[in-house]
Amino acid sequence: MKKLITLAITAIMVAAWSASAFAADVIVYSARKEHLIKPLFEAYTAETGVKVKYITGKAGALLERIKAEGTNTSADLFITVDAGNLWHAAEEGILTPINSAILEKNVPSHLRDPQNRWVGLSVRARTIVYNKDKVSPEELSTYEALGEAKWNKRLLLRTSKKVYNQSLVASIIADKGEAETEKIVKSWVANLSVAPFSSDTKALEAVAAGVGDVAIVNTYYFGRLLKKNPDLPLAIFWPNQKTSGVHTNVSGAGVTANAKHKKEAVKLLEWLSSDKAQGKFASLNMEYPVNPEVKPDPIVETWGKFKGNPMNVSKYGEYQAEAIKLMDRAGYK
Amino acid sequence: MFLKNSRNSVGIRPPAFRRNIFRLKSPAWFAIAGALAAASATPLLVIMSYLFSPQQEIWSHLTENVLGGLIFNTAILLACILPLTAIAGVGLGWLTGACDFPGRKFFSWALVLPFAIPPYVFAFVYLGIFDFTGPVQSLIRSIFPSAGFIDIRNGLGVSTILSLAFYPYVYLMSRSAFMTQGRTALEAARTLGHSPAKAFFKVALPMARPFIAAGLVLVCMETLADFGAVSIFNYDTFTTAIYKAWFGMFSLASAAQLSSVLGIIVLVALVTEQKMRSRMRFTEAGRPNNTERLKLSGPWKWVAFSSCALMFFMAFALPCFKLIMWGLESIDSDLSRYLEYGLNTFLLGLVGATLTIAAALALAFVKRNDAGPLMNWATRLATLGYALPGTVLAVGIFIPAAWLDNTVVGGLKDLGFNATPFIQGSLGLMIAAYCIRFLAAGFGSVDSAIQRITPSIGEAARTLGATGTALLGRIYIPMLRKGLLTGAILVLVDIMKEMPITLMMRPFGWDTLAVKIYEYTSEGEWELAATPAVALILVGLIPVLLLTKQMDK
Repeated sequence: MKKLITLAITAIMVAAWSASAFAADVIVYSARKEHLIKPLFEAYTAETGVKVKYITGKAGALLERIKAEGTNTSADLFITVDAGNLWHAAEEGILTPINSAILEKNVPSHLRDPQNRWVGLSVRARTIVYNKDKVSPEELSTYEALGEAKWNKRLLLRTSKKVYNQSLVASIIADKGEAETEKIVKSWVANLSVAPFSSDTKALEAVAAGVGDVAIVNTYYFGRLLKKNPDLPLAIFWPNQKTSGVHTNVSGAGVTANAKHKKEAVKLLEWLSSDKAQGKFASLNMEYPVNPEVKPDPIVETWGKFKGNPMNVSKYGEYQAEAIKLMDRAGYK
Repeated sequence: MFLKNSRNSVGIRPPAFRRNIFRLKSPAWFAIAGALAAASATPLLVIMSYLFSPQQEIWSHLTENVLGGLIFNTAILLACILPLTAIAGVGLGWLTGACDFPGRKFFSWALVLPFAIPPYVFAFVYLGIFDFTGPVQSLIRSIFPSAGFIDIRNGLGVSTILSLAFYPYVYLMSRSAFMTQGRTALEAARTLGHSPAKAFFKVALPMARPFIAAGLVLVCMETLADFGAVSIFNYDTFTTAIYKAWFGMFSLASAAQLSSVLGIIVLVALVTEQKMRSRMRFTEAGRPNNTERLKLSGPWKWVAFSSCALMFFMAFALPCFKLIMWGLESIDSDLSRYLEYGLNTFLLGLVGATLTIAAALALAFVKRNDAGPLMNWATRLATLGYALPGTVLAVGIFIPAAWLDNTVVGGLKDLGFNATPFIQGSLGLMIAAYCIRFLAAGFGSVDSAIQRITPSIGEAARTLGATGTALLGRIYIPMLRKGLLTGAILVLVDIMKEMPITLMMRPFGWDTLAVKIYEYTSEGEWELAATPAVALILVGLIPVLLLTKQMDK
């Protein structure tokens, strides 16, 4: 009993110790993973002497945390992936508009919030990957055409629960309207070779193994997989080049409305969009830089140039809930 | 007056005894239990309060297109997992707890080890081995080129994986029941001519029922709350729908409403389970003694050996082997940081488990000594959080905590003080969240152990003058040692595996191994996730080993 009491007292003392008071110049809440942001923050600190503290987590949970913390939040900068998440954060009022000539110069306008509450920092292209042994690129044309009868039992998709697919469908809704999009999604589902996968990598591996012949994936998953296993019979196809362009999404960031270090947060954001940081930011995950002045990673460059969809990415957020309901109705799991 | 007194003095309940009961009902004990129950029930109530903010449009979409499938899928999971874990857990618990066969000593603790592996790790390892492109199907295709592709991502596949992850709950509980069971009853059954099998079904099994039920309740709740494993298999359940409503349709309110439905299902299950055994009393028949174990003979001892070996292979050796292979493929240059993550993980688990068990003991003790309807409902409500997906529970905790914090800070500012918030983002809040989340795991084992103490022991102690704290410290705790330890292992390892609360609430610098695993698996990088996963299993092994040894004393 004595032991138990001692243990309990120690426990309470440890528990009561709060680690919330931390000396830092900028505090970042990030839904982008640690291994993709840490090297950049280290470079920033080395260059400017400004200390960056961060925690990582899921976008929705971090957002709720910032909301609940209210005016007392310690977050200065909120980094997340997917335009839908950024749009939602802005809608919830946790981000503040930033007027910065540097950001306007570095980031093309369709990759920024029309009201300047967030900016994209890297571009992710969601494209078609096919099995070279079974498909010739002439057979392919658009995302929509993957619903044609010739792809029956040959198409592989990632789950509709992943935000990347929600954004893809949202962009088609914005372009073609709901009724047309629902037909397209239904035709995809009818062509599926097996049930949707939980990750792009799994879908790619399945294309390589011959479970199906084509898949819709983000290019960096393709890059990662081929880096590890260069012999896979996989190739990239850029769809919709004669129509809407390749579907692109962003990872991005915004300064929080209750930031304690607003000036420093803006500085960090501007630095992240600069040519100094952009190359590293994008190539850490084999993505494309938002800054058109900066070249992508050499491996990424070998995949060729493509025409991207010029639609403002904030549209994905607007139509996301619609897209989810539509995919539920179409039986896309 | 005189008459009444004299009647009492010869009656069943002497006045001294009555007074002591009243002493236990002292306001202090009530306050403790009430505060614990209220604190644990708060997040649930916060979540349920969203029931009053109508989300008509989303809700009608859900009921029309989604809800039927969810209920069906969830029912399939429960219908497979409960029997699977019951058979595996009780069977193996009986073999290692009450029988003797070659390898028994090893298996009795080795079969607890799978508990150190989180369900989401099971899921990605098993998918890695048995999926289309995994070694097994690749090998089959290379031998039989015409062989097609077998999809293991279905209800049966998920149920098998989750059963491997969850059977230790039932195993630990039932083994502890069989070991503490007075064997006199069993021997009596045997001398009356029952076969060992009949003695097991007629005597041992019914006596272990509260333990088995407590284990299965945990399995049920874990199944309902699981998000990681089912999403790796892309198998739609309530939790995946909750996450989709929240993160996809940006509607925390709809997510909370779905969670409330989940909470209500569990409440009904709990009440039914308790009603089913409300008229039974489970007390120890005779003292646990060191009579001989049931010696298995002939083919039976090899049946016992191979069932244990099979389970150990499937639930521990195979996944560990695969993880180590992956870990070697992608060996991390900076292994030292895993030391820090490992230490964080262990510290959080230790502190959290101690507090949770203390709280569970207080609740179970008060419930035992005053099983009034109020206390019963309070404990039920207090343990419901276990069935909610972790992230939802985390939000339910964070919202009131931040509110309290902001109110206090605002109040102090009005008084002219410059205060900073001290609850939100603090270690204390995160540990409190762990306690709330895992109170059910601790409470289940403590409560079922307490039920086994014959009321006459407590009564005897009271007539000898032991009250409240002394009764707890000198009578109950020593008698409950095994139950407390079982609960402590469960909670400790559960906290170490916990992901969503840690992700959302951890202060700066408190990354754990589970957080690292999340960072890699959410991007589909299973190989990179292998290193932190192996580290997590290693850290989990220490308490599992130490405590199982301790339990066997």
